[in-house]
Amino acid sequence: MIQILDQFSNPDLSRKLLDKVKNLAETFIEKHGRKPVIMEVCGSHTMALARSGIKQALRDYVKLVSGPGCPVCVTDQKSIDAMIQLAQGDGRIICTFGDMIRVPGSNGSLLDAKSEGKDIRVVYSPSDSVRIAEKNPDKEVIFLGIGFETTIPSLGIALKEANEKGLEKYSMWVTTKLVEPILRVLLEAQEVKLDGFLLPGHVSIVLGKHSYHYLVDEYGVPGTICGFEPVGVLGGIYKLIAMLLDERVEIENYHTHVVTHSGNSFAQEIMKTYFKECDEWWRGLGVIPNSGLDIRKEFAHLDAKKKFNVHVGEPRKTKCRCGDILRGLAVPEDCVLYGKACTPSKPIGPCMVSSEGTCAAHYQYMRGDII
Amino acid sequence: MCIGVPAKVIEKQEYTAVVDVMGTKMNVGIIMVPEVSEGDYVIVHAGQAMSIIDEEYARLSIEEWRKLADDTNS
Repeated sequence: MIQILDQFSNPDLSRKLLDKVKNLAETFIEKHGRKPVIMEVCGSHTMALARSGIKQALRDYVKLVSGPGCPVCVTDQKSIDAMIQLAQGDGRIICTFGDMIRVPGSNGSLLDAKSEGKDIRVVYSPSDSVRIAEKNPDKEVIFLGIGFETTIPSLGIALKEANEKGLEKYSMWVTTKLVEPILRVLLEAQEVKLDGFLLPGHVSIVLGKHSYHYLVDEYGVPGTICGFEPVGVLGGIYKLIAMLLDERVEIENYHTHVVTHSGNSFAQEIMKTYFKECDEWWRGLGVIPNSGLDIRKEFAHLDAKKKFNVHVGEPRKTKCRCGDILRGLAVPEDCVLYGKACTPSKPIGPCMVSSEGTCAAHYQYMRGDII
Repeated sequence: MCIGVPAKVIEKQEYTAVVDVMGTKMNVGIIMVPEVSEGDYVIVHAGQAMSIIDEEYARLSIEEWRKLADDTNS
């Protein structure tokens, strides 16, 4: 199995497919007088495209636009400020995914709070925070639950575990996001003309291929589901351009070894059991109705938003353009802070902090001085 | 955040399994893949197995990309 999976990173196959994509893109350019415009929805795709050199190699052939699929990046400043404020309370253990620890709030980050002596722990899995709560029954343990549909089922499982164990001092601060509402907003706003989508490989594990039918039925936009290794990504781009040239509008799944038509029904059931739709604030976009999931009232005893009084003021304004970058309206190089005041070692915006952020991807792999 | 890593299931319990990720053993949840068997490969994200990797589909996928790469007419 591993030998087969390793083939998805095969350099010889990748180079051949890169040439195929270039040739097909040239045909598209000849036909339309412009490059095909493809949005990669997922932050992991953004990083994969930059790290592998694909984005740079296709610069003159395909316009690859980074989308709003990095959960840390799309979390609005007020939510981040609220989570950091939550960490200021005494007698609490704050558990978080690693990506959140360095995100700057209006007044410092979780890392700053940790250096001031607050008990903040990076965990790999939400279930780890439940185990921490079991070992520390005298302390309030709060997990900062951010993420898209890939992560939400794991949040649900942690809630299930905490509920079944009767952990009275465990709670979760949930700020989750859904893929469909944000894609609808982007398509309806028409701020960026998109020809097609490179659809997220892992969100699709949960939702399934069928979940994207609205892109075809309502917006006439095709998409390919693909993985994150160079062969899968290039294959997905090739097939998407082929569809555009054939004027076919479909969703095609090229990640079939893990993504099915209907998705993971167990994950979907967990999401339905523990969460309900809610309006969510998105960085750079404001509030989008029913674009997130919040903890159901039956589990309010596990809802940190109900348990703790957190009031934050209006976030400090900066010149950070993460909001525009997430909508595909700007690239990191358009931001006056990028690479100067805002770098991975001293980030100002979340797109520079996150391991999936567009600014971080550009800074690490696509700077003029390293290409 | 949405990083999924392939892992081999070494030992299955009721709701968890010991998996091998590139030589490192770890416990993951299997509540979302109850039909998983020892020896299967799974995609793990945030401490939970999300999907069982279908070896046949992976092989077919690679074959398709090889065919495309070697096709002088495409």
